[in-house]
Amino acid sequence: MDAHIRIEGVTFYRGDRMIFDDISMEIPRGQITAIMGPSGTGKTTLLRLIGGQLVPNAGHVYVDGQDVAALSRSELYTLRKRMGMLFQSGALLTDLSVFENVAFPLREHTRMGEDMLRDMVLMKLESVGLRGAHALMPAELSGGMARRVALARSIALDPDLIMYDEPFTGLDPITMATIVTLIRRLNDAVGITSLLVSHDIHETLSIADVVYLISEGKVVERGTPDTLSNSNSAWVKQFLQGLPDGPVPFHYPAPSLAEDFLGQRDA
Amino acid sequence: MLDGFAALGHATLAALQKLGRAFLFLLATLGGLPALLPRPRLLLKEFFSVGVLSLLIIVVSGLFVGMVLGLQGYVTLSKFGAEESLGVVVALSLVRELGPVVTALLFAGRAGSALTAEIGLMKSTEQLSGMEMMAVDPVKRVIGPRYAAGFLSMPLLAAMFSAVGVLGGYFVGVGIVGVDEGSFWSQMQSGVDWREDVLNGVIKSIVFGFVVSWIAVFEGYDCVPTSEGVSQATTRTVVHSALAVLGLDFVLTGLMFS
Ligand SMILES: Nc1ncnc2c1ncn2[C@@H]1O[C@H](COP(=O)(O)OP(=O)(O)OP(=O)(O)O)[C@@H](O)[C@H]1O
Ligand SMILES: [Mg+2]
Repeated sequence: MDAHIRIEGVTFYRGDRMIFDDISMEIPRGQITAIMGPSGTGKTTLLRLIGGQLVPNAGHVYVDGQDVAALSRSELYTLRKRMGMLFQSGALLTDLSVFENVAFPLREHTRMGEDMLRDMVLMKLESVGLRGAHALMPAELSGGMARRVALARSIALDPDLIMYDEPFTGLDPITMATIVTLIRRLNDAVGITSLLVSHDIHETLSIADVVYLISEGKVVERGTPDTLSNSNSAWVKQFLQGLPDGPVPFHYPAPSLAEDFLGQRDA
Repeated sequence: MLDGFAALGHATLAALQKLGRAFLFLLATLGGLPALLPRPRLLLKEFFSVGVLSLLIIVVSGLFVGMVLGLQGYVTLSKFGAEESLGVVVALSLVRELGPVVTALLFAGRAGSALTAEIGLMKSTEQLSGMEMMAVDPVKRVIGPRYAAGFLSMPLLAAMFSAVGVLGGYFVGVGIVGVDEGSFWSQMQSGVDWREDVLNGVIKSIVFGFVVSWIAVFEGYDCVPTSEGVSQATTRTVVHSALAVLGLDFVLTGLMFS
């Protein structure tokens, strides 16, 4: 089984703060890999490293065997055409309608005729249940609808790798189930490699083939959903069951309470 | 004391770095312009929002500036019994100075600030980085058309300003205070030189268009991607554009008319 993405010894800093500490991962081709971890551990950062928007301070990120940070601009763009990314915020272009947003990558990268383009766009919108909303502007969409449009846009070019940053947040149960099925179907039907960042433990474990749990710059655990559910590790148990007490850090790194509240009042 | 020096050093370094970024950004923008040729619609759309929507304020301001010139010019000229020269005075002031300069200042406030805010908001809502991930270069797709629309509209707007201003001067001079119509126009015709006055005015407005548009798109692209960052960038666009225009106007006038 070959790896679509290989992360080798990546260390990454934001200012003085270490986000990743010599982290290594493999994302198998044609499968759904989930990345989970507490808020603020750097999941979005990891996707940006893979997409070449950030450059690691040490180590390498290989996509399709190419070292992303070493690519020239045009090589990077060629690589990105085969990569879809669903942003946490959706990142729709606010001056374009829903239709034009989904059409955007097609217009930029293909010489498709207007009729065929229309069919393609409506088909992609249909798959997220929003064909009827094609004439709306992004400002007229709810948060969940915007994310579904963004999802339709990220699959417009039929990429062979899609990165989903929190695709389930803000969706109602029915839409959520539809999106889960859609992700699974994209994967089964065309063999897309999917990288899924999510906090929704139930949904994620139900579709992922491989799960990585990361925290404080390290991989805490890697395994199939089954092995994780049966894991004995206190960390994994606490995270998957959402218990308030245990080894998983909830606080952003901070000085001790006593220092903050009782310490230097005059400072 | 040392702290003061250190702060000064930091500020200078930061300013130089920003200037460096601005130049690299300009090169990238200019380099991306040929990509617009096969897609004129992108440019037309921006031309509309940058140029056409600035038209109203330019026309109204031009009219009033021209009318004021007519009044002031008349009051001063009539002291020397030279009211007939009112046409030349109005036209020269507009074509050489007020047209390019006031247009550029209004443009910075009307279109420049809007450009900065729009691009800054696109940055802070991840639209620019979303584009990058779709393998679309935002400098070519977003910045290029806006920049080109900015510097192409400036000379046209300045010409419009001067033309309307001359009409304003005519209304007041000939219509209200009663300067002779024939001498108003004929003096203007003989007193305004194509190359010396009109062409130099056009060159000025081209330079201003280039600089003001550059400042506007760069501030947007370089802003801190937060609401506060965008608002500060917008303010900087207006302030820096105004300073740049007035400073450059002095330099250009010195070069052209000395
Ligand atoms: N532009 C930035 N500048 C400085 N620090 C940043 C920036 N973006 C993120 N960070 C820091 O990097 C860390 C990781 O951020 P990231 O967005 O990757 O977290 P995340 O795991 O995606 O969290 P969430 O689940 O809440 O989306 C955070 O602690 C944040 O403080
Ligand atoms: Mg995130």
